[in-house]
Amino acid sequence: MPELSAEILELIRITSTNLPAGVEEDLTKAMEAEDKGGAAHTALDSILENIKLARRASTPICQDSGTPLFFVTYPQGYRANDLRQQIRKATAAATHACYLRPNAVDPVSGVNSGNNLGDEHFPSIYFEETDGGLLTIDLMLKGGGCENVSAQYSLPDHRLQAERDLEGVRKVVLDAVFQAQGMGCAPGYLGVAIGGDRGSGYFLSKKALLRKPGQRHEDVVLADLEARITLEANQLGIGPMGFGGKATILGTSILKTHRLPASFFVTVSYMCWAYRQRRMVADSGTVVCE
Amino acid sequence: MKQRLSIPISPEAILALSVGDTVAIEGQIITARDTAHKWLAERFIHQTIEPTEADWKVYKDIKPILQRGLIYHCGPVVRALENKQYSFVAAGPTTSMREEPYQGDVIRHFNLAGVIGKGGMGQETLNSCQQNHSAYFHAIGGAAALIAKSVVRVLGVHKLEFGVPEAMWVIEVKDFTAIVTMDAHGASLHENVRKESKTNLSHLLDL
Repeated sequence: MPELSAEILELIRITSTNLPAGVEEDLTKAMEAEDKGGAAHTALDSILENIKLARRASTPICQDSGTPLFFVTYPQGYRANDLRQQIRKATAAATHACYLRPNAVDPVSGVNSGNNLGDEHFPSIYFEETDGGLLTIDLMLKGGGCENVSAQYSLPDHRLQAERDLEGVRKVVLDAVFQAQGMGCAPGYLGVAIGGDRGSGYFLSKKALLRKPGQRHEDVVLADLEARITLEANQLGIGPMGFGGKATILGTSILKTHRLPASFFVTVSYMCWAYRQRRMVADSGTVVCE
Repeated sequence: MKQRLSIPISPEAILALSVGDTVAIEGQIITARDTAHKWLAERFIHQTIEPTEADWKVYKDIKPILQRGLIYHCGPVVRALENKQYSFVAAGPTTSMREEPYQGDVIRHFNLAGVIGKGGMGQETLNSCQQNHSAYFHAIGGAAALIAKSVVRVLGVHKLEFGVPEAMWVIEVKDFTAIVTMDAHGASLHENVRKESKTNLSHLLDL
């Protein structure tokens, strides 16, 4: 199998320094909707200037390059363990080149490894084998601020009068946005998982964020729920950075998975406006970053 | 209109500020976040852990800079240059709320003119700002490349063993733009937005 660590390093560089065009469009539209001269408008104006500056200088959009989350789909002929080694090598090189901040901290000793390599769980790498011929690596850099305001609810939730139905899902997701206020670096994106256990719920809520911004769910019921949550979250008035304003959430993406009769989890992964997500596709010799 | 604030910042200059004002800060500031706040509180404020001689040396170095100065909640990306020189590559604010258990005491102990961060802070910090004539300055979260440009020089670093993000970096800034979101008169934009959004949420949830 080919040696791809140089290409993976480039994937990390692009993800950290160059925000996808769709996100920039969402932020521009959000700015145009805010009152000129107000704090919300000023914040979005600075954010857009920062995005351009980071792209030009090839430096991180945000200093918190977060947890590097790699979702790898590999065809026959590749070995997961070899890919893991290449990803780890590229991650250390990207940290050395200042595309990533050294973020792996031992929770007991408090020591920062200095190169983003912790144990086998840091960086996070998820493998899936495919029958197709393409190797794809989706990378998301998810900062600590937005990870800290992510939340998991267990329905029914009496406090919110949220029952075990989609109306209950809507209620708890809006509560998560309220609880986050500006602390997740609004305006953000929501990845929502309905069902699963506590572990698969969080995993799928992150995976939901891999869907391209603006792309609706194929199930019309869930697509409508996504649109309604985004619309109503923006009626909360939290606004960019929590300064108050119209733009709180730029998009919502839902995934569902089977649950136990006893459990009904709704998991919300909040992603900050710095929605750093890119895909690398390797097809017999050519490697493209999307 | 941006108001210029030069460190050290007098109580009068802070009292002249209100929530919503935009400021351009210049002078020496120090980055400190989770580990540093816990360390400062344990060693020097509550003294639950006896400071070592090396700890006291750091304390003596940072104390005069913090006198009517500013702490910046930030874990930067730093490039190491030749001869132990450093430069900031990316330097946006981190979420301030995690320092809420410490911030009020730290403001009073070091007589800070305020702190810079993101997301706002709670009632204890707000009280401390009122008593000490200090303010909370909100930088734009994630605007790391932009803010790094206002870091003119990295003057030194303390407690690098905390790791690059958690170390206390002494930096000189110029035209560091921030918005006052908690002032010395007891006003907090975050409290206002929270209350308003709570009402809106109750309406949306039909509670």
